[in-house]
Amino acid sequence: MPTFVRTDKCDGCKGQDKTACMYICPHDLMKLDKDGSETGHAMKAFNQEPEQCWECYSCVKICPQQAIEARHYADVVPLGGSVQPLRGSDSIMWTIKFRNGNMKRFKFPIRTTPEGSIDPYGGKPEADLSKIEESGFFVQNNGYRAGDPSELIAK
Amino acid sequence: MAGEFGNPEVVEEEVDILLIGGGMACCGAGYEIMRWIDAAKGAGTDISVTLVDKAAMDRSGAVAQGLSAINTYIGTEQDPADYARMVSNDLMGITRDDLTYDLGRHVDESVHLFEEWGLPIWKLDENGERHDGSKGLTPLAEGGTPVRSGKWQIMINGESYKWIVAEAAKKALGVDNIQERIFIVKLINDKNDPNRIAGAIGFSTRDHKVVVYKFKACLLAAGGCVNIFRPRSVGEGQGRAWYPVWNAGSTYAMAAEAGAELTLMENRFVPTRFKDGYGPVGAWFLLFKAKATNAYGENYMVRNAEMLNDYPPYGQAAVPASCLRNHLMLKEMKEGRGPIYMDTVTALANLRETLSPREVKHLEAEAWEDFLDMCIGQCGIWVGENIEPEKKNSELMPTEPYLLGSHSGCCGIWVSGPTDVGAPTTETEEGVPDHLPSGWNWGYRSMTTVSGLFTAGDGVGASGHKFSSGSHAEGRMCAKSMVKYVMDNQDYKPEFAESVDDLVAEIYQPVKTYLEFKDYTTAIDVNPNYITPKMLQFRLQKIMDEYVAGVATYYNTNGHMLDVAEEKLGMLKEDAMKMRAKDLHELLRAWENYHRILTAEAHMKHIQFRKESRYPGFYYRTDYNLVDEENWHVFVNSVYDKESKQWTCFRRAHVDLVDKSKLFK
Repeated sequence: MPTFVRTDKCDGCKGQDKTACMYICPHDLMKLDKDGSETGHAMKAFNQEPEQCWECYSCVKICPQQAIEARHYADVVPLGGSVQPLRGSDSIMWTIKFRNGNMKRFKFPIRTTPEGSIDPYGGKPEADLSKIEESGFFVQNNGYRAGDPSELIAK
Repeated sequence: MAGEFGNPEVVEEEVDILLIGGGMACCGAGYEIMRWIDAAKGAGTDISVTLVDKAAMDRSGAVAQGLSAINTYIGTEQDPADYARMVSNDLMGITRDDLTYDLGRHVDESVHLFEEWGLPIWKLDENGERHDGSKGLTPLAEGGTPVRSGKWQIMINGESYKWIVAEAAKKALGVDNIQERIFIVKLINDKNDPNRIAGAIGFSTRDHKVVVYKFKACLLAAGGCVNIFRPRSVGEGQGRAWYPVWNAGSTYAMAAEAGAELTLMENRFVPTRFKDGYGPVGAWFLLFKAKATNAYGENYMVRNAEMLNDYPPYGQAAVPASCLRNHLMLKEMKEGRGPIYMDTVTALANLRETLSPREVKHLEAEAWEDFLDMCIGQCGIWVGENIEPEKKNSELMPTEPYLLGSHSGCCGIWVSGPTDVGAPTTETEEGVPDHLPSGWNWGYRSMTTVSGLFTAGDGVGASGHKFSSGSHAEGRMCAKSMVKYVMDNQDYKPEFAESVDDLVAEIYQPVKTYLEFKDYTTAIDVNPNYITPKMLQFRLQKIMDEYVAGVATYYNTNGHMLDVAEEKLGMLKEDAMKMRAKDLHELLRAWENYHRILTAEAHMKHIQFRKESRYPGFYYRTDYNLVDEENWHVFVNSVYDKESKQWTCFRRAHVDLVDKSKLFK
């Protein structure tokens, strides 16, 4: 199910060297056609290898213009449906349209802390170098399961 | 000087530790390592670290799209030994208990961090009702109750799972220590010790630049391998692989070329999933209690139950091994009782009987979220085909084979395990090459048999079922041991066994080939002097599908078919030297596909060596169509010689470190 970029919405991320979709695509699929020589649409992005698209929607979710959608793969799926997200800072909204016109909407939480707020070592201890060869991590967060020693039959 | 196409700038960097990959394992390593580096600095040792990712860490690796569950959370109610037992049985009895047990001890620590960082984890309230992870119920670390979809799995609102984990890793490492859009192609051995690693070389997919890293230690964690077999969808939908299409076997191929010992490369995973979209089935089976049936509504796990008795004891556990569940399903397909369905209609109707209208509405959202969090493509199929799961059942289908070490598969690299769980210190099987270690640990946890080369996640073989959380935890274990390794080897000065100029020329050869020959013909893709990476991949997929037990033969192969495959793969490997790259994107595809070919070859050689069918339902050797406990309850391991381009396979003894009979009581 490749993603596609709408000509009426994409602004090529305002003439920057790299678009948001190029930045994020895990499979290096999105490309900015700077002079229009590849698509006929200068300064707009396109999916350069649609048959390699995993439909992970990373580009759809990150596009600041909501210019990217997915047309489910033509060799498999009947036309007419769509699945479109709007990703916010703490939740994602999905608008789902069936081929027969039925609609559904869902909203799910995506994170419980503000984006960018993680303080990785805040309130955490230093690592104790004397324990570097022992089992366990630098911080114990109530999740280390020591196990019943009698289970280890070869020890 | 800035490079140009065909004439790249060469950048040489020196760092103590290189992390290759940006997925869960390297994010875990990146988080854990900076604390130990700080501690080492306090003791007078300065250690530098760089992470390179071929994509962007926010959305790279297998968790890029998100997940609807964390599949490994031990909890306080289970013992790491229970986990080791489960993994062993699911993988037909041949796994490293030392690795799985150790993972079971550590994994929940990472899950607790994820929740602290902001990952919403579903909870049960005191009345047993399910709630989203945003409702502020007690965190797991403080005794909150997760929603168990199975014995080991917990449900999450995981759309931003990777985004969150990457944020923590990026902040810990610092942006100056992270390089994105660099694809590592080869590891470089040490000039004075061929069994030691000294560097790595790769290129930028954005600029005309080759980057060479010289280091003391490296974590190679670049995922499993997808698209070595012809996929069921061969048109536009071929990108809709079950596992991420960007997992190109780079971990296995680069480690093999560096001389690392691989293990169980004959293992594969053939997941049964919702047809065409490959939507997850776990929540449907385990949380919604749905049954899979043949076209006549019969539950094939009941109808064909006696087939499980052919494979004692693995078929007789409460949950039979994954491959055996496929085995029972394939009988229905082969005998013409398909399609196979997930009976979503009955499952949801049954659940509705006991739920309030509010809970029913929540249930519907849960069913959709299961796909929307991790496999949006399946929703695409549902909307296109007008499937609402409460009204219409969906087809199931076993996929094309995948190679991986973190999900329900156990191929990968042989690594040093923990020293405190009773693992063997000697080897009883004959034929292990002399330069390789005897026991299951050789000094540094998670180090491969190549000094300084570590791996985690899909890279670690003979374990499996670590999934996202376990891969993160395994990366953290590597971080500690790599810091220790560098502290112990402060005087080591890495020197390259190969010349940088030669390596740069080799990596850019596909570009050179293209520039040299492109004007020979009028059609850019049809030229006797080169092969496009895409056609190279098609040829690989055709060979693997038709001769090495792909879907074309219902996962059957035999010694004769493997001999044909071996010859064809040999020529394919030769032709890989004639790959062309018309741009940097195609150069990426070229070397990804080279990694795929080596991984595929390892898979074929291991299946050829193992004269039995260890994983019925994943593949069958029709000439040895049995699980031969007497002769083949062993690891099959291998090493690759990049000079002669030959594989050497050999056996290692399997030993139980926890009592498996408890599974069958």
